[in-house]
Amino acid sequence: MQVRVTITLKAGVLDPQGKAIEGALRGLGFAGIDGARQGKIVDLALAETDPARARAAVAEMCEKLLANTVIENYDIDVLG
Amino acid sequence: MRSAVVLFPGSNRDHDMVKALYDVTGFRPTVVWHQDATLPDVDLIVLPGGFSYGDYLRCGAIAARSPAMLDVARKAKAGVRVLGVCNGFQILTEAGLLPGALMRNAHLRFVCKEVKLEVTNDDTDFTRAYRKGQVIRCPVAHHDGNYFADPETLARLEGDGRVAFRYAEGTNPNGSINDIAGILNEAGNVLGMMPHPENLIEALHGGLDGRGLFESVVRTIAA
Repeated sequence: MQVRVTITLKAGVLDPQGKAIEGALRGLGFAGIDGARQGKIVDLALAETDPARARAAVAEMCEKLLANTVIENYDIDVLG
Repeated sequence: MRSAVVLFPGSNRDHDMVKALYDVTGFRPTVVWHQDATLPDVDLIVLPGGFSYGDYLRCGAIAARSPAMLDVARKAKAGVRVLGVCNGFQILTEAGLLPGALMRNAHLRFVCKEVKLEVTNDDTDFTRAYRKGQVIRCPVAHHDGNYFADPETLARLEGDGRVAFRYAEGTNPNGSINDIAGILNEAGNVLGMMPHPENLIEALHGGLDGRGLFESVVRTIAA
């Protein structure tokens, strides 16, 4: 079972890398950019075949390692 | 005073730390590999600087889950003093032994220079050889030293005197909130700091300002 974890910085947490990306896009002439936030994606291949159990297992992985919940949020997508 | 230095793959300040501990305490610290599930019984455990696991995922994130760190957490709970410097500080926050997080420097650049540190609290196991308000020299070398904590955590840290060191006015090298350079856990036996006191230990380093931190722990243990 394929599961995608998307990790993003919480609102209000300064994201200097996002700011740098935003600045570079503006420098390239892209107009109308109101903000850029950088996150990361972790794709997991799991032996589990039950979507609910897979989601629960990945949530525990996020809490214990994949995300730092002091500064990050995570979203879990079971891709099938 | 007996001490141990935990070595992770990617640690690179361990030799400096071992030398500093030997110079100040007169005893050679035990170097413990991160896969060792049990640390020796010592008075001080040190997590040195470096780039454990290449800073993969987040700085200190993988190292914080190593077998040795589980024992560090147990021993910290039992009152053993723990010092984390630079990557060691990042590992302590990732392990949940210290609150908050260390984020990418606000200006996005790696910073390697000397800063001024103000001793914010001299009534701690790690700072009693200094005076409150004393400004000491200390080198920094990091890319992710920008300390962040939510407002409640920050208020608790400040209110309980758990900010041990602050970047002296105008020298904050990374955008750390409240100029925080080093903090203590609630019990006061765990200190994490980004600057490197182990690099100002002998005259050859150009100064002795870092000795006070190690002398403080020696004094605490002897008391």
